[in-house]
Amino acid sequence: MATSLLAKLALPGYGKDLSKHYAVIGNFDTPEDLLRAIRTARAAGYSKMEAYSPFPIHGVDEALGEPRSPLGRVVLVCGLLGLAAAVLLQWWTGAVDYKLSIAGKPLFAIEPSVPIMFELSVLFGAFGAVLGMFALNKLPTYYHSFFNYSRSAGASNDRFLLAVEATDARFDAGEVTTFLESCGSRHTELVEA
Amino acid sequence: MADLAIDPRTELNPQLVQGGATYSSVTDKISAITEGKPPRQWYIAMSVAIPLALLLFVCLTYLVTTGIGVWGNNSPVGWGWDITNFVWWIGIGHAGTLISAILFLFRQKWRTSINRAAEAMTLFAVACAGIYPLFHTGRPWRAIYWLFPVPNELLHMWQNFRSPLMWDVFAVSTYATVSALFWFVGLVPDLATLRDRSTNPIRRQIFGILSLGWRGSASQWRHYELAYLILAGLSTPLVLSVHSIVSFDFATSVLPGWHTTIFPPYFVAGAVFSGFAMVVTLMTLARWVYGLESLITMKHLENMCKVMLATGTIVGFAYGTEFFIAWYSANQYERFIFLNRAFGPYAWAYWTMISCNVIAPQFFWFKKFRTSVVAMFVLSIFINIGMWFERFVIIATGLHRDFLPSSWGYFRPTWVDIGTFMGTIGLFLTLFLLFLRFLPAIAISEVKGVLHHQINTEKGVAH
Repeated sequence: MATSLLAKLALPGYGKDLSKHYAVIGNFDTPEDLLRAIRTARAAGYSKMEAYSPFPIHGVDEALGEPRSPLGRVVLVCGLLGLAAAVLLQWWTGAVDYKLSIAGKPLFAIEPSVPIMFELSVLFGAFGAVLGMFALNKLPTYYHSFFNYSRSAGASNDRFLLAVEATDARFDAGEVTTFLESCGSRHTELVEA
Repeated sequence: MADLAIDPRTELNPQLVQGGATYSSVTDKISAITEGKPPRQWYIAMSVAIPLALLLFVCLTYLVTTGIGVWGNNSPVGWGWDITNFVWWIGIGHAGTLISAILFLFRQKWRTSINRAAEAMTLFAVACAGIYPLFHTGRPWRAIYWLFPVPNELLHMWQNFRSPLMWDVFAVSTYATVSALFWFVGLVPDLATLRDRSTNPIRRQIFGILSLGWRGSASQWRHYELAYLILAGLSTPLVLSVHSIVSFDFATSVLPGWHTTIFPPYFVAGAVFSGFAMVVTLMTLARWVYGLESLITMKHLENMCKVMLATGTIVGFAYGTEFFIAWYSANQYERFIFLNRAFGPYAWAYWTMISCNVIAPQFFWFKKFRTSVVAMFVLSIFINIGMWFERFVIIATGLHRDFLPSSWGYFRPTWVDIGTFMGTIGLFLTLFLLFLRFLPAIAISEVKGVLHHQINTEKGVAH
């Protein structure tokens, strides 16, 4: 059945080895349509899916079954490293390596060290947040199969896309295409890897 | 508490995105600014900004080749326009962070149309601010060894980390770095939009590289949103710390008029006040040049006027408190410095400050002034001037009559002082105009998020 449907639809990439495909991508009008499609697809047993949208949509992560981002812990560790760096820097330079007595004040004390402790915690934490986010998102990634989709530009404009990936155990290009169209996809396409 | 703030009845009345906008019309409207030829007004503004920026180059070259004696700083006023301008520019930057971080945490959705430009303003203002202390060292190419703990063969010593000036170095450089990171992270999805729209292959390459291959996938947005939230959470205490630490430069000294505990909150309020004035100045201009009335609505402008009214009143209250404490302290030096500030040789500067900072924002009690673009533009200029005078008054009157009457003096700026100040304004405007021309000046993806919320509210969908 799948073969006949594919032949009828004349999907781009038809006839090639299916293992070389990235996904079948469906194209929806609104975030609500996309959410409905994700929920229906989950109910139908698809698990390897990815949604693409021009802005973050609340509920997509839950619908896709994605876990919470671990970024918070990364930032906490980086912030604490910054704090430790600030204490070590101020203590070692001022009280160990170059002792400079100014107005009889202690060479190292917590009170005058607080501003720099705070600033370096924030600085390291911010780098942790940005570089951590880049690492988790694998940015920069200049090649991705998603861009083989003929209408991938829509995802940064006004389209809401759902990719059912070829790695899904239940993946069958024809069935997925029919399924996404039944969910209201405007343009469904089998995308090469 | 945060949920109350997104109550659609209060947030979306009137609408934040107007003119029957759709997702694609938002993309088109904002991207088109960077794609087409700039309007004639842009060239006019550039023709003013670039010569001024060149003047900065001339003045700094003259300063470095001659010495910092070309500025008016001298005994007893050892800090002159350089520190005045430094504090003024840093303060202007603070509104950008306030809009992008603090209003984000409070779920103030009206910030979305103005946050990108305000963040850009922060970066450029901090860049202008940094010029002053850097060049006040006289040898800026060696300043890295003086300002940062870089091991070197030149000094064989370390900085004194017990000095507030060192705290300031760390505060301002952290602030500049974190603001740049925050700004870039915010830009990534919009750069991907520009990449996807571009027809020119070179343009596509440039935005492709800058957008890091952003796809807008749900798994990317998941980490992205959390990163954005964390950066907002880090920037909020950061921005409060920066101007507090700037005020420590003064407050930890033992000079009457400077040695006060009121300085940190008073400086932060003043910074937000002057920053919002600059945002209003720039946004009314950008709105006029590019016709962005449907995105930067009267509601945005009116809200900013309310912030100026609130912070301006806090600043006025702080001026009064300073006088009360000077009297109440019964310290003759404190009393002298404040009487001298209001009625001494710098009375003209003091009363300029009071008129611009305390009286001017009071017009914003009236809706008529809050909703008139011309009125708010004029008043915002007055506030910019007033806040510059605030820093000048604090510095000049704090120093010019010290404890020994025989050493009293009067600060006069030289042409290099004036040229450098005008020059940083030119640099700031040049950078801002280039930003308007080449990068999305309004956060496209965030405006779409607000629009989505608005569409759902109109349809009566519970969200």
